[in-house]
Amino acid sequence: MAIHTATAAEPAYRKRLGYQAMLLGGICFLVAMLIIFGNISSKEAIEAALKQDKLDMLSQVLPPSLYDNNVLTDVIEVTTAGSDKTVAVNVATNQGVITGFAFSISKEGYSGPINMIMGIDGQGQIIGVRVISHTETPGLGDKIEISKANWITAFEGLSLANTANHQWAVKKDNGRFDQFAGATITPRAVVAAVYDGLQLFEQERDQFRYTKSKEKNAKEIHP
Amino acid sequence: MSTSYKALFSEGLWNNNVALSQMLALCPLLAVTTTATNGLGMGLATLVVMLTANLVGSVLRHIITPQVRIPVFIVLIAAIVTLVDMWMNAWMHELYKVLGLFIPLIVTNCAILGRVESFASKNASLPSLVDGLAMGMGFIWVLVVLGAFREILGSGTLFAHASLLLGPAFSWMEITIVPNYQGVLLLVLPPGGFLVLGFILFFKRLIDAALEQRAEQPENEPVISQGDSA
Repeated sequence: MAIHTATAAEPAYRKRLGYQAMLLGGICFLVAMLIIFGNISSKEAIEAALKQDKLDMLSQVLPPSLYDNNVLTDVIEVTTAGSDKTVAVNVATNQGVITGFAFSISKEGYSGPINMIMGIDGQGQIIGVRVISHTETPGLGDKIEISKANWITAFEGLSLANTANHQWAVKKDNGRFDQFAGATITPRAVVAAVYDGLQLFEQERDQFRYTKSKEKNAKEIHP
Repeated sequence: MSTSYKALFSEGLWNNNVALSQMLALCPLLAVTTTATNGLGMGLATLVVMLTANLVGSVLRHIITPQVRIPVFIVLIAAIVTLVDMWMNAWMHELYKVLGLFIPLIVTNCAILGRVESFASKNASLPSLVDGLAMGMGFIWVLVVLGAFREILGSGTLFAHASLLLGPAFSWMEITIVPNYQGVLLLVLPPGGFLVLGFILFFKRLIDAALEQRAEQPENEPVISQGDSA
């Protein structure tokens, strides 16, 4: 099989503007069709996979043994006092009794927002924190991921009650959490975000409690 | 016949290497090679798209006219990347979570357009596939070597988290070369990529010069190393 480096002489009709316009248009049409087909064929599988991802993430911050409800759909809206911002909180209940909450927290890291999910029990003690997405420097800031290091597990079991305010900082700032070599901004942001999350629960406790009765009302439909 | 395929491989792997000779695809190359594993992931994703793009480009070569070839190839490559992205997300979701980061970077990869444009558009499907394979493999080894150097010097490990990419069976690849290594920040950051790439280029030129000298001596005829225009 010879390998050519020159284009063969082309027939005259191919030089016409109409042919070239049709070609470009035709290819674009075909490609659009292909992508629509690709989207339709993969949509359901992608949605299922993302749902599974979210459930996996939730189950890491709220162990499935804690609840018997559908945590993915049992969501309450908590409004913060200072602003109109609402936070969607997944509520875990076991036989109608609230056993935990999970909600997203976010903070600006070294290069963009770090998005996390944290789970707390009914008393405001941290069950777990996980990073969902971030754009920190690979090899330095990405140690906040559970797959890279277990740094993030340092939060487990902590609460505002058992950890004094000044301890919610990295060691460099006289706190209790390790920073990483070459990356202080990233762990600092994570610690601050988790602290803010606990503050939110502390300050808006009424709203977290309010759901309890709401959940009970919802439960009445079932029996 | 076989010699021309052999030539394709020596072109792709060394003489006309995508990264080291054509100097293409430097943006994804420098961005992702913080570890050898990341380099391998990016390389594999690029290889798949390069093979597919070369195949499609060579099949359509009699229809596409030179005047509109660039937009047509760009649309085709973008479509292939989008489809790979969607299908991988749907049916290879675990792999997608690791490689997904790299796939959008492939659209901006001029190496693929370069191969379709300079090779696949002029050749039959089989040589085009071989060319895609050779060029893709050439790209992979540069990415892995670059990533390995940056990883060893920057973080003291080699192939860290390879089992996330290749599966638990490959956990033996993960080596900690220097335990409790403090790391050299510069090498992990983008300037480190430029530095290491510079050194690799330097050594390639040295080797090329030595080879050229050896070839020159008996015949006394200069060997002109040629780079494809892309």
